[in-house]
Amino acid sequence: MELKVFVNGEPTLTSAATLAELVAQFGFAEAGVATALNGDFVPRTARQARRLVGDDQVEIVSPRQGG
Amino acid sequence: MNTALSHPLTRPALALYGVNVPSRLLLGTALYPSPKVMADAVKAAAAGVVTVSVRRETARANSGAGFFELIRGLNVRVMPNTAGCRTPREAIATAHMARELFGTDWVKLEVIGNDDTLQPDLFGLVEAARALVADGFKVFPYTTEDLIAAERLRQAGCEVLMPWAAPIGTGRGLANPYALRSLRTYFPDTPLIIDAGIGAPSHAAAAMEMGFDAVLLNTAVARAADPVRMAAAFRAAIEAGRSAFEAGLMEMRDTATPSTPVAGTPFFGLDRS
Repeated sequence: MELKVFVNGEPTLTSAATLAELVAQFGFAEAGVATALNGDFVPRTARQARRLVGDDQVEIVSPRQGG
Repeated sequence: MNTALSHPLTRPALALYGVNVPSRLLLGTALYPSPKVMADAVKAAAAGVVTVSVRRETARANSGAGFFELIRGLNVRVMPNTAGCRTPREAIATAHMARELFGTDWVKLEVIGNDDTLQPDLFGLVEAARALVADGFKVFPYTTEDLIAAERLRQAGCEVLMPWAAPIGTGRGLANPYALRSLRTYFPDTPLIIDAGIGAPSHAAAAMEMGFDAVLLNTAVARAADPVRMAAAFRAAIEAGRSAFEAGLMEMRDTATPSTPVAGTPFFGLDRS
């Protein structure tokens, strides 16, 4: 059963049931990214417990240059 | 005078949230021609802190990992920003993501209120600062020279304030020196870091001569023809400005006063016509 969610603004079909699975499916290192769901931060340790539902807005970020 | 104390390396360090920072130059890591030039510029600047950010990770690339490795190798304290955030909610979530990624509770808090001037939304800034302080962050708010906003930020728990010199990336220098001087006078014991709008080492030196505690800049170094050399120039200017402030500048005067002794001037009293 695939679910449509938005990952970094892009509509994405996924079979991942949780935020942790979604991060893993994208091939991101678990500690290399940080996540937010529907505008709220989700700590690394809480991703497994966080089940995805349709139209969830997921942000997955990593370290970048800044001023 | 104790000359050892006046040496840049042994002079009392800048303390931010109880942490001694070894240099009064804070440098951004963006906009450099290459990662190597960025790393070399950080070294040439002897930066006490470097600012970083978080951005959306792109398709399976793990592109953030290489950058973070490079930064870690510089052995300089890192301060993530919330650049680009337009609401307290965005800034708060971004700060949390940055804290987890970079392993620091320091955050340069930006809540941007206007796309053209990139000036801070002071109301949103205070709201976000209050929430982040409650969550254990050490908040460094990017603010204007506004005294009341500064008061509110201090009340929200910010122990350091970062007023702009001019809008981000403009390089215009101290746009409102009168107001910045007032801010310095009004908050004598709060570390004040001039953040944004610095274009030339002389601007940074002027800020330091006014008694500001440090300068944070990025574009002026990164976009120089030779960023590494410019980083060294800023380092020298900031050290010079700080030394001048500590040495005590003379008062400006409206009338000329000879520096050479008048007594004993040759030909004094003779008709010179």
